[in-house]
Amino acid sequence: MIRFDRVFKRYANGREALSELSFELETGDMAFLTGHSGAGKSTVLRLIALLERPTRGQVTVNGRSTGTLRRGAIAAFRRQVGVVFQDHRLLDDRPVYDNVALPLAIGGVPRREMDKRVRAALDQVGLLGRERSFPLELSAGEQQRVGIARAVITKPPVLIADEPTGNLDPDLALEVMNLFQRFNAVGVTVLVATHDVHLLERFRVRRVHIERGRLASVPHVAA
Amino acid sequence: MSLPDAASILFERHAQALLGSLGRLARQPLATFLTIVVIGIALALPAAFYLVVANMRVVTEGLDETVGLAAYFRVSTTEADVKKAAEAIAARAGVAGVELVSPEEGLAEFRKLSGIGDALQALPENPLPWLAKVRPAPPRDTAADVEALAGELREMEAVELVEADTAWVRRLHAIEDTMQQLVLLAAAVLAVGVLAVVGNTIRLEINGRRAEIEVTKLVGGSNAFVRRPFLYSGLWQGLGGGLLAIGLVVGSLMTIEPFVARLAAAYGAVFALRGLGAREWLAVLGGGAALGFMGAWLAAAYHLRRIEPRA
Repeated sequence: MIRFDRVFKRYANGREALSELSFELETGDMAFLTGHSGAGKSTVLRLIALLERPTRGQVTVNGRSTGTLRRGAIAAFRRQVGVVFQDHRLLDDRPVYDNVALPLAIGGVPRREMDKRVRAALDQVGLLGRERSFPLELSAGEQQRVGIARAVITKPPVLIADEPTGNLDPDLALEVMNLFQRFNAVGVTVLVATHDVHLLERFRVRRVHIERGRLASVPHVAA
Repeated sequence: MSLPDAASILFERHAQALLGSLGRLARQPLATFLTIVVIGIALALPAAFYLVVANMRVVTEGLDETVGLAAYFRVSTTEADVKKAAEAIAARAGVAGVELVSPEEGLAEFRKLSGIGDALQALPENPLPWLAKVRPAPPRDTAADVEALAGELREMEAVELVEADTAWVRRLHAIEDTMQQLVLLAAAVLAVGVLAVVGNTIRLEINGRRAEIEVTKLVGGSNAFVRRPFLYSGLWQGLGGGLLAIGLVVGSLMTIEPFVARLAAAYGAVFALRGLGAREWLAVLGGGAALGFMGAWLAAAYHLRRIEPRA
């Protein structure tokens, strides 16, 4: 689960990204994170992935408060959070297999089990058989799905995504969202930052809407 | 997680990093080769210098015995008189011991060492006198003390000639000691050089793999995990440098061996050039590997900390 408790975040350059933000996602919840660009969506995701720590307040993910975590414990913490990026963040000089297997390599999973799980993850995102391809040989939608396979291969209890459909046409976007919903159906807590109007209309899930760094009521006109 | 599981995971991670780093080095043959050459030369130089000193020591080892005085008796002196005189010399202060060499023993030794044994056969009688080898007792073995002792021995009736020209042997040993210290010093300086070379190579490698490092940290790779392939990379390069150094040293030895053999023959001696022993092989290899690992560690500790994922 994810809990923000009166979180205030000011960056080193003085920019105040979040002020007094509180919300909670129970285990197994799925929600959209919405708001204008600059409202603080990315900061929320960065705090959950522990790329940043809150200036004040508390961010709790999987029962652990990020503010007090030792440096040495950050890596293990991140392994419990799957992250999907708008720009995939794939390694272009490595085949799909290596990209997807990276979190398993970190965990020291033996080669045979790795093979099995990489195939299973690629199967889930509809890319079975593309292990040897390189990311740039794939379409944007396929690259995004490789990124998703990498995010879920360790079966993290929490999955967050930053505009995962931003570069995709509506059909592909739908496909990707369906994937997230399937992971949610098996108990994964999912938070997707998006401003894709179609998706918001199509998927009737909870919305966490932030404006100027605070929780705000969802506007009636779609974002 | 059970202990065997944890151990096998650890093994798996290390095996992957070990082989992965080797593969990456193989994919950049020129850069890897150049680094290994620099390390190899840096290791070969002190190793070769060390061998020069070690061989010098082999040559000069036997000279130790001659440090001291040689008192030659008059040929007319009888064995009984010689022994009496020797006892008198041994009783003096500042004398550690006296060793007598009979004319027969002297001739046999001369025959063995000089290489002109056949010519000696032609002599009608043994021309050699009795010889007393006198070892001065420390601390009264300085050049001045030995010279004073020589003067006293020259006063003796039965003694015809005293040779005390041993200062050069001591100088030689002092030179060898100095050279040995120089070897150590050169090795230390070159070791720092190896650290810098490996560190720089690893720094370039880290910069080239920045994206990969960021993503790896992003998906939960610890600093240790990110660092590991670079440490192994340094280890391989150091090991490669060590192997090359041994190759260079062995090659050099083989090149100069015939010349040394000819030189030794000219002195009527048989001298086998001393090469690297098993221990020294291991020292060069281990030194290279350790320096490679340390250089990589220093570079990784410094540069990896500054790469944090952004998103």
